[in-house]
Amino acid sequence: MVGIESYAAYVPSPRLDRADIARVLAAGRGKGVRPVASYDEDSTTMAVEATRRALRGAHPVESVWFATSRPAYLEKSNAATVAAAAGLPVEVAAYDVSGAVRGGAGALRAGLAAGAAVVVASDLRLGLPGSADESAGADAAAAFVVGAEPVAELVGTASLTSEFLDRWREPGEVRTRTWEERFGVEEYVPLVERAVDTVLGRCELKREQIQHVVLSTPHARARATVRRGFDEAQLAGAEAYGLGFAGAADLGVGLAGALDAAVPGDHILVVSAVDGADAFVFVVTDRHAGGARSGLAADLAGGQPVGYGDYLNWRGLLPREPARRPDVKPPVPPASRRTAAWKFGFVAAQCTACGYRNLPPRRVCLRCSATDGFESVSMVDVTGRIATFTDDWLSESVQLPARVVAVDFDGGGRFECEMTDAVGVELAIGDRVRPTFRLASVAGNGVRNYVWKVRPHEEED
Amino acid sequence: MGSHALANPVAVVGMACTQFGELWDRNVDDLLVEATHGALVSAGGLDVQDVDAFWLGSMISGVSGLTLTRPLNISHKPVTRVENMCATGSEAFRNACYAVSSGAYDVVMAVGGEKLKDAGYSGLEMPSVPNDGTPPVLSAPAMYSMIVPAYARRYGVPEEQIKEAMTHIAWKNHSNGALNPRAQFRKETPKETIAAAPTLAGRLSVFDCSGVADGAAAAVIVRAEDAHRYTDRPLYVHALALDAGSGTGRNDSDYDYSDLAESAASARAAYEQAGITDPATQISLAEVHDCFTPTEMVLMEELGFSERGKAWRDVLDGRYDRDGALPVNIDGGLKSFGHPIGASGLRMLFEMWLQFRGEAGDRQVADPQFGLVQNQGGSPGDLVSAVTIVSGQRP
Repeated sequence: MVGIESYAAYVPSPRLDRADIARVLAAGRGKGVRPVASYDEDSTTMAVEATRRALRGAHPVESVWFATSRPAYLEKSNAATVAAAAGLPVEVAAYDVSGAVRGGAGALRAGLAAGAAVVVASDLRLGLPGSADESAGADAAAAFVVGAEPVAELVGTASLTSEFLDRWREPGEVRTRTWEERFGVEEYVPLVERAVDTVLGRCELKREQIQHVVLSTPHARARATVRRGFDEAQLAGAEAYGLGFAGAADLGVGLAGALDAAVPGDHILVVSAVDGADAFVFVVTDRHAGGARSGLAADLAGGQPVGYGDYLNWRGLLPREPARRPDVKPPVPPASRRTAAWKFGFVAAQCTACGYRNLPPRRVCLRCSATDGFESVSMVDVTGRIATFTDDWLSESVQLPARVVAVDFDGGGRFECEMTDAVGVELAIGDRVRPTFRLASVAGNGVRNYVWKVRPHEEED
Repeated sequence: MGSHALANPVAVVGMACTQFGELWDRNVDDLLVEATHGALVSAGGLDVQDVDAFWLGSMISGVSGLTLTRPLNISHKPVTRVENMCATGSEAFRNACYAVSSGAYDVVMAVGGEKLKDAGYSGLEMPSVPNDGTPPVLSAPAMYSMIVPAYARRYGVPEEQIKEAMTHIAWKNHSNGALNPRAQFRKETPKETIAAAPTLAGRLSVFDCSGVADGAAAAVIVRAEDAHRYTDRPLYVHALALDAGSGTGRNDSDYDYSDLAESAASARAAYEQAGITDPATQISLAEVHDCFTPTEMVLMEELGFSERGKAWRDVLDGRYDRDGALPVNIDGGLKSFGHPIGASGLRMLFEMWLQFRGEAGDRQVADPQFGLVQNQGGSPGDLVSAVTIVSGQRP
């Protein structure tokens, strides 16, 4: 009786206009926009956002499985960062499924096998300017809490593994290389057909008994061919949001879309074709409340334009002359370790004597001077208001000017930080904000300084 | 309990101040030697070994008293290095005064010097302790620019009016600095140019920020009763106050960034020591910490020169101009001098030295009674502020 208990997706706010790419490169005809990770996001921060959303009100989990083809660190676990920033206890096992795009399917399979788990996939799709990955991809994340009281119960799986080179990328490289398109079609299409037939056979289902089909593959032409084997109605849920291929997160984003469209009793077939094929069948249970629960609809309704020049700068493809200022100082590991609850979990200290929230935690209350009398309080879901603000053109931030705000949190507590997802947005004292886990900087020694910032918060009705 | 005027009053009997600027040809040793020797000459030709103790103010140009003893070849003297952020210069002076007043020493010196231009950065690099990366990293202009929207909101003043007052302050201080041969920037700048400059942080342009400079200044201090042995026109110290806030304003939602409470507290303590009850009329001239133009504007309120919420109007009315009722930064201020951290507080005091001796030339204020020096370090909500009050009259 294992399956998906809760799910969520996350689409970053910046939107890159493909026409802007075409204009700058004087090539192609770009149409529409694609979501791109902001200057202070990476696969880890996007995973944190999706995981936090999925974990809201969820049962306790025992493990985290984090898939991405663009890991922020190698050797050092990124899943550990996700676990810490998602507020998961130290007893939770956190594993990285990094590198291959197929990790998205692998993490889901591992999480379903493990039982009480969080499966999260997050990816950035980029390439050299003018590449298909750049224009057709989507940066996104999706997370699933797996457990014994599912809204979508796993009915069966089938997997095939095939060794061939269709796409490959060296660690740290921007560019993904590909072989000729027709080669991939001939490899992938039979793999998908066989995996689908196998899983349906195991589940004793026919194609027409499937209400929702999720097709995920980086190979656009293979996808188009395979797609013809299903009805438009079956594909409508997963394709409703119209995102491009989202790498290791693509399967998850598609599944989240299908779940948004599904009602109890529906069967969902999830097929991923990358270096083989993986197929999953879920049946939606009566626990599924329905509706656009993934957050995809809300995320895609928002968005802010980013110019192609800024976008290339964000990805390190068009570095700009920095201000004549000292190099960014990295956080030091022992200090980050000591304050991990604050730095990664955004846990403040609420004074038991006067009730004021101290951000960051300290031994002597900044309001009443009571000593060592504090309760830990998570600020992650606490909204606040701008107390004052400025634009800093001399900031270390990648995107200038840095929007800097002093935030007064609802229920008490003040912190100064960068306001993100606010490029070109007019700010005012009193504006509503909410916390988000982002990068402050990446230092010369490669240390990524993760911090909590705030972003604009639209009131929910 | 309480802060009091010195039990034994003290006086400055010699001072010197170097040229401030991008002094590519001088290192910190050269600057300290020039200021120290100059002050000794000014005190009637003292030998450096006649001085009983030294306080050296420097934030990043050297550690320990040896930073001063080595270049000057001072041997076997008590020499202390002092650091209190941008108030370091005033802090060196304050501690030196206490030493003389206590009776521990007869003749002491406060020396402040800083060599910033070898760092190669725009602005200042603050020394920082290795940390977890979560303290907000704002440039200094950004921290002070937070004042503008907060002040506008608190008093219902349009930001445009505040910007106009900021522009007036920049224009005034540059115009004062044009008359000062020691200033780094000696050019009058039209208000139109100042107002049109692109922003660096919030409403602040480069004209709203003090520059980075090299420089040094020094003072010789003795007990007031001994002052006339060294000079006919000593500068008497009437108050020495320092206020370090808890540094929690940036984490306390009760703080709204529109005021500088530490500056007000240091001024209150100083006025009490000096017996000043109406600073707006009793202070004849003031040197204040115009690190950024909104700082000077708000300081007019913190120091009791303007009513709360009215400083911008007084600034625009010319009250603090060179020919106004209370000239502020008549030497050109940090705006014209730049801000070699350890030196600035003593550079401000040096203008008082000149003014009370009638040696300020084109900038001379007629018949000054009390002069005020205010020097601060940190940022709104996280501040130390020093106030010194001096006069030609013995307390």
